Amino acid sequence: MRTDYALSQLDVLEAESIHIFREVAAEFERPGLLFSGGKDSIVMLALAERAFRPAHIPFPVVHIDTGHNFPEVLQFRDRRVAELGVRLVVGSVQKSIDEGRQVDESGRWASRNRLQTMTLLDTIEEERYDALFGGARRDEEKARAKERVFSFRDEFGQWDPKNQRPELWSLYNTKIRRGEHIRVFPLSNWTELDIWAYIERERLQIPSIYFAHERDVFERDGILLADNPYVSRGDDEDLFRATVRYRTVGDMTCTGAVASSAATVPEVIAEVAATRITERGQTRADDRASEAAMEDRKREGYF
Amino acid sequence: MDSVSNAGEQPPAALRMDILRFATAGSVDDGKSTLIGRLLYDSKSIFTDQLEAVERTSRMRGEETTNLALLTDGLRAEREQGITIDVAYRYFATPQRKFIIADTPGHIQYTRNMVTGASTADLAIILVDARNGLTEQSRRHAFLTTLLRVPHLVLAVNKMDLVGYDQAVFDQIRDEFTSFAAKLDIGDLTFIPVSALHGDNVVDRSASTPWYNGPSLLHHLENVHIASDRNLKDARFPVQYVIRPHKSTDPELHDYRGYAGQVAGGTFRAGDEVLHLPSGFTTRIKAVEVAGEPVPEAFPPMSVTLLLDDDVDISRGDLICRPNNQPAAAQDVEGMVCWMSADRPLAPRTRLIVKHTTRTVKGIVTDLHYRIDVNTLHRDESATQLGLNEIGRIKLRLTQPVFADPYSRNRETGGLILIDEATNSTVGAVVITEAR
Ligand SMILES: Nc1nc2c(ncn2[C@@H]2O[C@H](COP(=O)(O)OP(=O)(O)O)[C@@H](O)[C@H]2O)c(=O)[nH]1
Repeated sequence: MRTDYALSQLDVLEAESIHIFREVAAEFERPGLLFSGGKDSIVMLALAERAFRPAHIPFPVVHIDTGHNFPEVLQFRDRRVAELGVRLVVGSVQKSIDEGRQVDESGRWASRNRLQTMTLLDTIEEERYDALFGGARRDEEKARAKERVFSFRDEFGQWDPKNQRPELWSLYNTKIRRGEHIRVFPLSNWTELDIWAYIERERLQIPSIYFAHERDVFERDGILLADNPYVSRGDDEDLFRATVRYRTVGDMTCTGAVASSAATVPEVIAEVAATRITERGQTRADDRASEAAMEDRKREGYF
Repeated sequence: MDSVSNAGEQPPAALRMDILRFATAGSVDDGKSTLIGRLLYDSKSIFTDQLEAVERTSRMRGEETTNLALLTDGLRAEREQGITIDVAYRYFATPQRKFIIADTPGHIQYTRNMVTGASTADLAIILVDARNGLTEQSRRHAFLTTLLRVPHLVLAVNKMDLVGYDQAVFDQIRDEFTSFAAKLDIGDLTFIPVSALHGDNVVDRSASTPWYNGPSLLHHLENVHIASDRNLKDARFPVQYVIRPHKSTDPELHDYRGYAGQVAGGTFRAGDEVLHLPSGFTTRIKAVEVAGEPVPEAFPPMSVTLLLDDDVDISRGDLICRPNNQPAAAQDVEGMVCWMSADRPLAPRTRLIVKHTTRTVKGIVTDLHYRIDVNTLHRDESATQLGLNEIGRIKLRLTQPVFADPYSRNRETGGLILIDEATNSTVGAVVITEAR
C-alpha cells in the first residue's frame, strides 16, 4: 500500500480533466467535443473516453472541416470515431462557401483559417450545442494563458476577455441563457510536453505526420510548407525534399513542418524538451499576423 | 499507414514529477514580472521566438531594455496600459516538479482576481520592494492569501541590490511582517532576500548575501512539502455523475451503476463502510475504479468511480463519507465572502444561486456581520452592503442543505461560489467558517 499519497503530474492533470468532462456531461444538455485529429484533441478524446468508461462518451465528436486537411488526419479521425462508437458531426467550410455564406480567400496567402470561425458558429447553432470542448492549452499562446476553463460565449459566439467569470477552486459556473454557450478547455493546464508524455504513457495512436517522414516542401517566411493543391506557390519558392515532421496539425495551407528525424514518441519527447521555439511560432503562419492575432480571432469565436 | 504505435519504453523520470501550483502577488513595480521572467528564463521555459517578439515590441516602444513584463501580459488592453488585469497562468518545469503559476494582478481593484488565483494555490509568493518595506498592499496580499488558506507563503524581499544587500534591511522587513502575521493564521512562512533583476537567490544562493542561510527561491519551490497539505483524514466524495452504460448486449454491464466524482478528502478502499448523504443509509464499497479498471485506493485529487454493495438511490449532488465522520448537512452557512460584482452590491436579502461541490441550490443573504478593511483588517460592523472587491462576513440561508466542512478543514467542501440569478455571472466566493 502506498504511504506517500503523491500523484504524478500526469495523474493530477488527468484527474482534473476527467472532472471537467463529467461536470459538463452532468450540467449541460447538448455538449459536443471539437476534434481536429491533432495530438491535443486525440488526448482530449482519450480522456473523455476514460471519464465515462465503461459507458460510451455521452456526446458527439465535432469536426470543422476546412477541406484543406491532411488526408492522413481525416483517415485517422474516421477510424477513431468508429472505434469509439461516437457520432461524428462535420461542419464543412467548403459547404459554407458553396452556399455563398462566405468567400474563399485568394492569392498567395489564402487560408481558410478565418473562415472556420463562421462554419463553427453555424454548426453550433444548427446542432444547438450549449457546451463545446476544445483542446486549447494555456501554454500555447498568451491570450490563451488568460482564458478560463469554462469560457463563456455570447449569442454571437464572441469571447469578451475583459469580462470573464471568476473561476475559483474547481467550481465551474455553467449557467447560460438560450443561444449562448460555453467553450470548455479540459487541457488548460497541460503543456506540450505533458501531452507527449501522456501519449507515451497511454500508448495513444497518433497520425503518422507527427513522426519524421520524407516530403516535398518549400520555404515561406521561415516556415516549411508541404507541396499541396491548396497553396499557390510562387516562382521563387522552390520545392525540395526534406525529412520533416509536424509539431501541430492544422490546415495544409498554414501549418508548417519542422526538419526532424524523430521517428518514435520518446524521440519526439526528447526533441520537444530540447527545442527553443514554441510550437505555434515555429509552425503556424496564422499566428504571425500580429501581436494580438490569436486574441482577435478568439474574440470573434475562433476555437 | 495512417498512424504509428509507440515503442514501449518507460517515460523518463523527468516526466513523473508532481505539481506545485503557486500564486504571485506584488504591487506595481515590485518586480513580479522580472521575477517570473527569470524563473521561466532560467528554467529554459522561455522560447527564442517569444523573447524575440518581446524584444521587437520593446524596441518599437523605444524602451532601452527588454521589458520582460511584456512576456507575461497577455491581453491587448494590458499591453497597451502596461498593467496586469487578469490572472494569467504560466507553466514551467524542472526535473523535480511541474509548476503552474497563477500570475495575479496586485492592485486593490483586482482583488477578485487575486482571490481567484489563490483559491487553488499550494503556495503564494508576495513580493516586497526592499527600499519601500512593507506596504498596505503587502498586508492585503498576505491577508487574502491566508483567507484562501494557501498553505505556504513566501515573502520575497526584492531589489536587495538597491539596498546594498544589507542584512539589516531584510531583518527589519522580516520582523515587521512576522509581528503582522501573528494576527493571521499563516501555516508556513519563509523569507527570502532576492534580486530578480540580477538573479540573487532566485535559482542559486547568492554570494552577495552570505548572512542568509536559507534556500534559493527555486530550491524552496522544488522542495516544499505539499503532499500533507491535502486532507487525508475526512473521507469526502461529492457525487458528480452517475455512470450507467445501458449496454443491454453485455450482461456484465447491465446492472452497472458507478458513482463518479473527484475525491475531496480522505481515502476510499474496497470494503470500506460508507454513509450516503442525504439519506443516511450505510453500505460498503464494492470497488474503486479509474477509467473502468479497479484501483486499490482513491485519495484527493483523484477522479474515480465508486461501486457500492447495495442499491441505494444516489444522484449528483449527494455525498459519500464515513458513518463516524460526516460533514454538516447545512442550510445555514456562515462565511467570509469576497464580492465580485461591479453591477450590484451584496446586502441582506440578496438572493443568489449557490454552487457548492457538485450541488447547486438557492440562497439568501440573511446577515452581513461586518465588512473587513483588507488593508488594516479593521472590521466595520456598521456596513450595510459590500461592493466590488470588498470582503465581509455573512450568513446565508439555503433552500436545500449542502454537505459542508469549515474551509479551514477542507478547501473543497468548505468553499462555494455565488451566481447572480439574473445575469448568470459569478458574483462572489465564500469560504465557510461555520456550517449548521
Ligand atoms: N535593481 C533592481 N531592479 C529591479 C529588480 N526587480 C525588478 N526591477 C526593476 O523594477 C522595475 C519594475 O519591475 P517589473 O518586473 O516590471 O515589476 P512588476 O510591476 O511587479 O511586474 C523594472 O524596471 C525592473 O527592471 C531588482 O531585483 N533589482
